[in-house]
Amino acid sequence: MNQLVFLVPLLPLMGFLINGLLRKQLSKSMIGIIGSGVILASFIISLKLFLDVRNGHTGVVSLFDFISFGSVHIPFAFQVDQLSSIFLLIITGVGFLIHVYSTAYMKEEPGEHFGRYFAYLNLFVFSMLLLVLGANYVIMFIGWEGVGLCSYLLIGFWFRNNDYNNAANKAFIMNRIGDLGFLIAVFWLLAKVGSVDYNIVFAKATALKHPLATFDITAITLLLFVAATGKSAQIPLYTWLPDAMAGPTPVSALIHAATMVTAGIYMIARSNVLYTLAPVSQSVVAIVGLATAVFAATIALKQNDIKKVLAYSTVSQLGYMFLALGVGAYTGAVFHVMTHAFFKALLFLGAGSVIHAMQHEQDIRNMGGLKRFLPVTHITFLLGCIAIAGIPPFSGFFSKDEILSAAYESNKLYWIIGVITAAMTAFYMFRLYAMTFLGKFRGTSEQEHHLHESPSAMTIPLMVLALLAVIGGFVGIPEVFVKDGHSLERFLQPVFQKSYELRGEHPFDRSTEYMLMGVSVLVALVAAFAATGMFSRKPDLKEADGVGKVLANKWYIDELYDKVIVQPLNAFGKFLDAFIEKSGIDWLVNGVGKGVQYGSRQLRLLQSGQVGSYVLLMIVGMIVLFAIQFFLRK
Amino acid sequence: MPINYYIFVSIALFCIGVVGVLTRRNAIIIFMSIELMLNAVNLLLVAFSKMHAANAGQVYNIGIDGQLFVFFIMVVAAAEVSVGLAIIVMMYRNTHSVDVNFLNRLKH
Repeated sequence: MNQLVFLVPLLPLMGFLINGLLRKQLSKSMIGIIGSGVILASFIISLKLFLDVRNGHTGVVSLFDFISFGSVHIPFAFQVDQLSSIFLLIITGVGFLIHVYSTAYMKEEPGEHFGRYFAYLNLFVFSMLLLVLGANYVIMFIGWEGVGLCSYLLIGFWFRNNDYNNAANKAFIMNRIGDLGFLIAVFWLLAKVGSVDYNIVFAKATALKHPLATFDITAITLLLFVAATGKSAQIPLYTWLPDAMAGPTPVSALIHAATMVTAGIYMIARSNVLYTLAPVSQSVVAIVGLATAVFAATIALKQNDIKKVLAYSTVSQLGYMFLALGVGAYTGAVFHVMTHAFFKALLFLGAGSVIHAMQHEQDIRNMGGLKRFLPVTHITFLLGCIAIAGIPPFSGFFSKDEILSAAYESNKLYWIIGVITAAMTAFYMFRLYAMTFLGKFRGTSEQEHHLHESPSAMTIPLMVLALLAVIGGFVGIPEVFVKDGHSLERFLQPVFQKSYELRGEHPFDRSTEYMLMGVSVLVALVAAFAATGMFSRKPDLKEADGVGKVLANKWYIDELYDKVIVQPLNAFGKFLDAFIEKSGIDWLVNGVGKGVQYGSRQLRLLQSGQVGSYVLLMIVGMIVLFAIQFFLRK
Repeated sequence: MPINYYIFVSIALFCIGVVGVLTRRNAIIIFMSIELMLNAVNLLLVAFSKMHAANAGQVYNIGIDGQLFVFFIMVVAAAEVSVGLAIIVMMYRNTHSVDVNFLNRLKH
């Protein structure tokens, strides 16, 4: 079965080619079937791969020699193991649901744009699959770049709007800044290890004789983390994610909630050996993750666009995942990736359903009371909110609790800030829920007329995701409840084994664990009820002022970046253009042209047609030749 | 006679020929000057050939290559003059003048 792993990315690639090239000829239903069908097929193969891996059949499948020079050989190889198979399931499973949802959501698009959408979506899934399947950093980088590209294409999908194009540019450029870190890290690895293959690099890092120097490992891991901040929207490269909400909502669900933004997590989880060997990098990862989590949560408290709240929520939850990686809870991070994919995709698709019903209104101040009109959306959205708030027995509780207890183990301060963030998470999510679904409808009567539940192509994925968000946590029941209940940890053991060995095991106190759980659940419940109570009765309608204004304006970070980075760069560019480009290079290039013209004008005068001058020149030439020969002889 | 005298005369003839080619306007005079140059060279060849023969003495395999070459030059000169004069005749038939400055059709 391992041999068929190449089909998993190949099928979406075929979908991309067919939908992309034949988008004008195919009917919309055909495009939808092809687009979703290939993902379903990939999901089925991924399922089989997962079962195989569960029985122990892991391995590396090499397809062909990709880059080869000197002693460096980089094959196009796929690594099928526990980590990649889990991610495969998430990507293809959630991806398939989102494809089905999109067939209904994007139905009003004209035929060729519909085809273009599905082509891009398939290309994205292909790139993401390459990223997680790659057996070396170069293949991962191909996927890494590919998802960045597709993110740009899909954010700017409605390309006639200039604001959306700017948002797409912003996303791509910030991604690229991170990619520089990735590239330098890859070159560093090639220089020090001579290979970018995972197994070889990790073996060299932990080798008994001549292992990689800690300085090298720290540098490489920090550079990789820079790439992760760009891709997974952490401080300082996170501002593209809220702006990326300009794209269609299913795109936000797939790319900016469930998959692309988790690429950074995957990369660090894959490189867990390197990070465990570089405690400095781990601290950096934890601190940046934690800071991002709390920072984004504060901003989300005062946002009024339904998608922006979810975007900042994503940034915050990603911060949690990086915190988990930074304290060594690798399983916890992957677990949270999984549960987050479920409930965040659910929330985004639910938001899409609301937006669809409200005819593209996105401001929650104009919503309210949608509970009556959109029953299925309401129930599933509520389930998603409960999951993200971390209230048991929903999935979010298990994964968040694992991260928080690992944080407590590492540094009590991490745990305190983590709990505060969890409180804020519950608060802003239930604020969103209350202002959207409870209370009285605050929109226009025209909008009220058109409110209706979404078609089944949209509600069925919502229901499936809601189910997963509810029961998804049971693969990771912590030790304190059920002995050996954490099947996910057992499953992922081989991938993270080396890190756990290097770190050393800490036995955990049962009562401490209960207390931690209790505190976080209590905090979440209190915040949730408080928010629901506050905002269902008196929605947050008035203009923010004071601290609220700062939060609503995202701490003015975009303005800061503009002043400090964008404007100086623009000015520098203008200066270079005026002096070096116009006066320097243009002068030189035009000067060559002018010189040639001048020279040719002068040379033309030789052709006078006068025979006498021709003879004179002949004789002069002869004399010169004689003179040269005379002096050479000497 | 010392060889220098022959060299000087030959150079003088050659230079007169060169100056004639460069400065005269009449095509036939230019041809004459070219012949003059060729004859200057002939003189020099013969002079050197005799010089080598005189210096060598009674040795039997001296070469008189210089004098033989003069014959070749004369043949070539004759051929060239015939062609050149034919061209001048055509030139005269077309433009009724043998003035070289008149012919600047090669200008463009």
